[in-house]
Amino acid sequence: MADLRVTVAGVSFQNPVIPASGAFGFGREYEKFYPLSRLGGISVKGMTLNPKDGNPPPRIAETPMGMLNSVGLQNPGIDAFLEKELPELSRKGTRVIANVAGSTVEDCVEMVGKIEGSAVDMIELNISCPNVKQGGAAFGTSCESAAGITAAVRKATTKPLMVKLSPNVTSITDIAKAVEAAGADAVSLINTLLGMRIDIRSRRPILRNNVGGLSGPAVFPIAVRMVWQVANAVRIPVVGMGGITTAEDAIEMMMAGASAVQVGAAIFTDPYAPVKIIEGMESWLDEQGIPAVSDIVGTVQPW
Amino acid sequence: MPYQQGLYPVVRKDNLAKGVYSLVIHCPGIAREAKPGQFIHLRVPAHILRRPISIAGIDAEQGNIRIIYEIRGEGTKILADLKAGDMADLLGPLGNGYTLLEPDRKCVVVGGGIGVPPLLAVAAHYGANATAILGFRSAQAAFLENDFKKAGVRTVLCTDDGTMGRKGFVTDALEELLQSESPDMICACGPSVMLRKTAEIAERHGIACEISLEERMACGVGACLGCACRIRRDGKERFLHVCKDGPVFSGKEVVF
Repeated sequence: MADLRVTVAGVSFQNPVIPASGAFGFGREYEKFYPLSRLGGISVKGMTLNPKDGNPPPRIAETPMGMLNSVGLQNPGIDAFLEKELPELSRKGTRVIANVAGSTVEDCVEMVGKIEGSAVDMIELNISCPNVKQGGAAFGTSCESAAGITAAVRKATTKPLMVKLSPNVTSITDIAKAVEAAGADAVSLINTLLGMRIDIRSRRPILRNNVGGLSGPAVFPIAVRMVWQVANAVRIPVVGMGGITTAEDAIEMMMAGASAVQVGAAIFTDPYAPVKIIEGMESWLDEQGIPAVSDIVGTVQPW
Repeated sequence: MPYQQGLYPVVRKDNLAKGVYSLVIHCPGIAREAKPGQFIHLRVPAHILRRPISIAGIDAEQGNIRIIYEIRGEGTKILADLKAGDMADLLGPLGNGYTLLEPDRKCVVVGGGIGVPPLLAVAAHYGANATAILGFRSAQAAFLENDFKKAGVRTVLCTDDGTMGRKGFVTDALEELLQSESPDMICACGPSVMLRKTAEIAERHGIACEISLEERMACGVGACLGCACRIRRDGKERFLHVCKDGPVFSGKEVVF
């Protein structure tokens, strides 16, 4: 039996598969399918300092082998998470990653201050949400603002700090290097790609927000390319995501340089996707005679 | 209650009207749990998102459910190819159904177009104590009226063009009915305008009313927060979600 354990920024995960933020809520819904202890960890729904109502519907549009969403960070706020979700979630036998998506630097600093004494295992600073007017991707699209918010949050927390990057930039490696220099312990990528669909009969965008974030298998090759580039540009670990649907996809992403992976849209097609990916990776490693999943990280041999 | 997901055999397929299909699927676990107004999430081959489809009939004894859907776009077009003997990937039963009073109470169901199917399961619960007001574009577009009659339900048909039943809106037929009768409950499903009018009429007559909403949906279980709908509850307006908080809401609390 292959060893599936991985370590990212000092946090040990029992396996490298983590449901991605926004796809899994706070885990409650999927506990009705399987014990959360099967998972490497959970990246919870992106949170803001105060409760947020999100964008008006429609928020979802299907695309060829993908989907757009413009949920807009609807969430109950950090206090509700810490009081109502975390106490139970932290006892489920899986790592808890708090996705922090404050609309200002000050909000993010205050949020990680609240998280500091809690059972959260890792912070994922979300500087890449494409669906909000303030904060979100606005932080993640220039090296200066990405470094600025990372440095401010770094100072305010002793928790391992992972920064989630936007693919909607000219050079994701420059942003990755900037947040590394500002004190990030890891980076996760990619958030969704900004997209749009139009209903040709009404001549209206399908999403009420006009635009939204593209995810699903359609973005997988872009995610692999970006993870590969970033993994070669920084020394900190990279958590790879973007369209991972199968165990083979997860293995490919790890060969590109990801130390762990996150799974999002695939869960909507098949709620069991994360579990099937874990099982599939284990059998593949056993078949190949590879003793540990960490042995495949970054092993792609470029031409 | 744990959700159930799996591959289940289609045991019967019927074409009810142009582009409208009925499937009976053998899924004993789901059939045992299902309630009128709930839905199942049906996987579309080679597509990312499942399609939420309301449950039109529940036969717990046989272990079957019936779903009825209309070709609306690419996904439902593919689902139209499902036939008896095929396996369907179902997740369900999802959401909350209509409140069912004792079967000896009076209930009026108001349905428009592809909103009619979930009301069949509701009306069947009340049998002869139910009145169904069903609206379609035309006689050719009409379906299920015989199923309502078979369930012993008094049925009023309306068509936009008058080619079958009354000419005009279901809400006009409802207004008329309420001149002489006062049911204990009104249950509705259909286009947004019809739902809004039905809720208004029910409110004016002081009759409890529940309406079923639809919205573009991803997870189906309340995790992704995609299928938002505006709800006024406890004096506050906020986004709840069709899949988990609905699809059935009180007519009073939906903000159109």
